[in-house]
Amino acid sequence: MSELESFRMEVREFLEANAPRSLRGTSPSGPFDGYWGGKKHPPVDPDVLKWRDVCYERGFTAPTWPKEYGGAGLSRKHAAVLYEEMRALGLPRPVVGFGFAMIGPTLLEFGNEEQKHEHLPKIARGEIRWCQGYSEPNAGSDLANVQMKAERDGDEFIVNGQKTWTSHADKSDWIFCLVRTSQEDRKQRGITFLLVDMESEGVSVRNIDLISGSSPFCETFFENVRVPVRNVVGQIGDGWTVGKALLQHERSNIGSSIGRQPGSGQRELVEKARHHLYWDGKRLEDAVMREKIAALGMEEEAFQLTLDRVAQKAQAGGNPGAESSILKVVATELKQARYELGQEIAGAAGLGWTGPGFSESDLEFTREWLRSRANTIEGGSSEIQRNIIAKRVLGLPDAK
Amino acid sequence: MAERPHLNLIANAEQKMLAETARKLVEEKAPVERLRELRKPEHPKGFSRSLYSEMAELGWTALLIPEAYDGLGLGLFDLVGVLESLGRELAPEPLLTSALLGAYPILEGESEALRQRFLPGIASGDAIVTLAYEEEGLRDYYERPSASITAYNAGYVLNGTKIQVADALVADAFVVTCRSAATDSLAMVLVEANSDGVSIERQYRVDSRVVGIVRFENVDVAEDEVLSLEAVPLFNKTLNRAAVGLSAEMLGAAEKAFEDTIAYLKERVQFDVPIGSFQALQHRAATLYCELELLRSSVYAAAAAADQAEEAFPRLAALAKARANETFLHVAKEAIQMHGGIGMTDECDIGFYLKRAQAAAWSLGNTSYHRRRWAELNGY
Ligand SMILES: Cc1cc2nc3c(=O)[nH]c(=O)nc-3n(C[C@H](O)[C@H](O)[C@H](O)COP(=O)(O)OP(=O)(O)OC[C@H]3O[C@@H](n4cnc5c(N)ncnc54)[C@H](O)[C@@H]3O)c2cc1C
Repeated sequence: MSELESFRMEVREFLEANAPRSLRGTSPSGPFDGYWGGKKHPPVDPDVLKWRDVCYERGFTAPTWPKEYGGAGLSRKHAAVLYEEMRALGLPRPVVGFGFAMIGPTLLEFGNEEQKHEHLPKIARGEIRWCQGYSEPNAGSDLANVQMKAERDGDEFIVNGQKTWTSHADKSDWIFCLVRTSQEDRKQRGITFLLVDMESEGVSVRNIDLISGSSPFCETFFENVRVPVRNVVGQIGDGWTVGKALLQHERSNIGSSIGRQPGSGQRELVEKARHHLYWDGKRLEDAVMREKIAALGMEEEAFQLTLDRVAQKAQAGGNPGAESSILKVVATELKQARYELGQEIAGAAGLGWTGPGFSESDLEFTREWLRSRANTIEGGSSEIQRNIIAKRVLGLPDAK
Repeated sequence: MAERPHLNLIANAEQKMLAETARKLVEEKAPVERLRELRKPEHPKGFSRSLYSEMAELGWTALLIPEAYDGLGLGLFDLVGVLESLGRELAPEPLLTSALLGAYPILEGESEALRQRFLPGIASGDAIVTLAYEEEGLRDYYERPSASITAYNAGYVLNGTKIQVADALVADAFVVTCRSAATDSLAMVLVEANSDGVSIERQYRVDSRVVGIVRFENVDVAEDEVLSLEAVPLFNKTLNRAAVGLSAEMLGAAEKAFEDTIAYLKERVQFDVPIGSFQALQHRAATLYCELELLRSSVYAAAAAADQAEEAFPRLAALAKARANETFLHVAKEAIQMHGGIGMTDECDIGFYLKRAQAAAWSLGNTSYHRRRWAELNGY
């Protein structure tokens, strides 16, 4: 038996012995799908915490991180095996969120020892929840235009300004920010990557409602907030380098979290079609809808296979390379297409906002449909992704 | 709904080398502009026999044939890399025809005599066997041809007309789909091209490929020339295998048309700047790039399944061909648009790609056909 296979056996035994029954078969696992943690988390099922604890013991909440920071020091190949086995049992990832998926990997690359020791184990245990302070009213796609100011005062920065679209700022304990520490000739210079404790004096948060009716989104205001200089990640004035690296993690995670649920779109649509359209016992009678679902199911499979191929290439030691640049744009547009088609199948039954006369699942689907419109905006819009593919991958020239 | 098997989607060192050799040979000896010569009526074959022999010497015709019949006994993944390379220059040499369309039903059919008679010749490149399955008005109801066989003496007689038969003018034998009067089911039989009652007429198709009408009039078919009298499974397996091979060619072709277009976007200047700096074109190019990557994954997965996980193969074959149809057509149309007026001229190679895309999309199952199969195989 290869070393990898014996590791798989070990994982199986571990899961068999430790994964709470109540969580099995509950969730397809992705990096944003599970326990988000943090001090402000509402009470959860004790099994969720038990699951987190047993995994943390083994370093399995952040398996590729070094052991000294709360990980298990596994290779990507081994981590992939672990996730495969969790997925096979329908177990959620024990800890998810922006800490695990974004700031964690970024600290591993750019953080100093002190920062890694301070923050990584808490992320791995889901103790501290993080949010992302990138966007501002005048810095969206043009992110390098951030204006939130951080002025040096001895060992501290004094931070003033506003972040916006800060997802889950109200539920987070810490925020990683891009702030302006100086005005330079190019706007990419003079940006600093700064970690801020949300409990600091002068931080306030206001919720914003989305078109889908929920309000995960916030505006975050900073008024004379004092932040220790040791909270700078990387060099002062060179935050753009760190910030861009984090975006890579964000985009590949958005891409793979959608792809981690193979066939789920097709399954859901077929289920919906059986419910809303004529089903002759063996198949869908509506040939047009049937073909549309098939086309979507195929695209979903082709995308999943592309994720597999990119992962296999990375495991073989090759550069994940050009292929990975497409994951975010394909994943998000595919997800939208799936919700659009679902709405087409539901027809008027998909128009409900709240009951009566609408089923729970249709109501939920309609909200999800609305939410899915954000997928091609957040984390770098589809237009920005296509700019990147055109320039970096295809080598097309810049406009004058 | 079906389980997803684990498939190895990355070529190994030998497979990479094979594809690389193919790419070099095709670039050097079979550039796409050759088609202007090959399509002429005075060129009866529509491809280069000497180049085909060279391909055979390199072992490509023998890849899928078992060692027992003088082949190399390798897998579809190996062949797919070669076909992708051929596709880049739209090379019409009948590798897909003979090594898949012809050889596969013989290999999987019920006649050992036919295996011994034809497989070694196909492997060496001396014999070319093709599949005759299209008929006028048949659309994609491949399982219900009008051609038929009826029992006669110790064997059968075949009557019917097939159209757009690939490489009909050079084929030594045809695998023919027909209705068996006795079983009232699809049958597949083999007929040699020089048999009494077989006549062949050249057709000129938009993609410059040499195809033909093949008429069978009271042609004798011996008992041991029957591949199957209940041939639906055999036909589907053949169609799937060949569709994946064709998808690989289409992938290569789409890839090359795309590369040529990107090169043109960098070179053509309007408004004092390269047209590739216009975002309207950049975004469309980026979209095509995404589609190509998805197609590549689909084709490799189907080929890998043929070699590693047969139960997933029919689904993935449908996926590969449906996406190849859509992607190649999309790339080819955008390629012409982005070339502007020059793209419309016969002098520019890019037009060959659109013509081939259309012909390939209507061979071995159109998009709708493969979507229906996908839906069936997924239980809806
Ligand atoms: C649900 C959701 C959650 C979010 N969560 C967070 C978060 O937690 N933290 C955070 O910091 N931010 C977050 N964002 C913000 C997100 O990153 C920005 O919305 C995004 O970067 C786009 O910026 P913008 O909204 O200012 O749009 P704009 O940049 O004003 O874009 C408007 C339109 O113009 C297009 N456009 C802009 N520039 C170009 C160009 N160069 N070429 C072509 N088209 C262009 C865009 O694609 C878009 O279609 C979130 C957004 C959403 C929708």
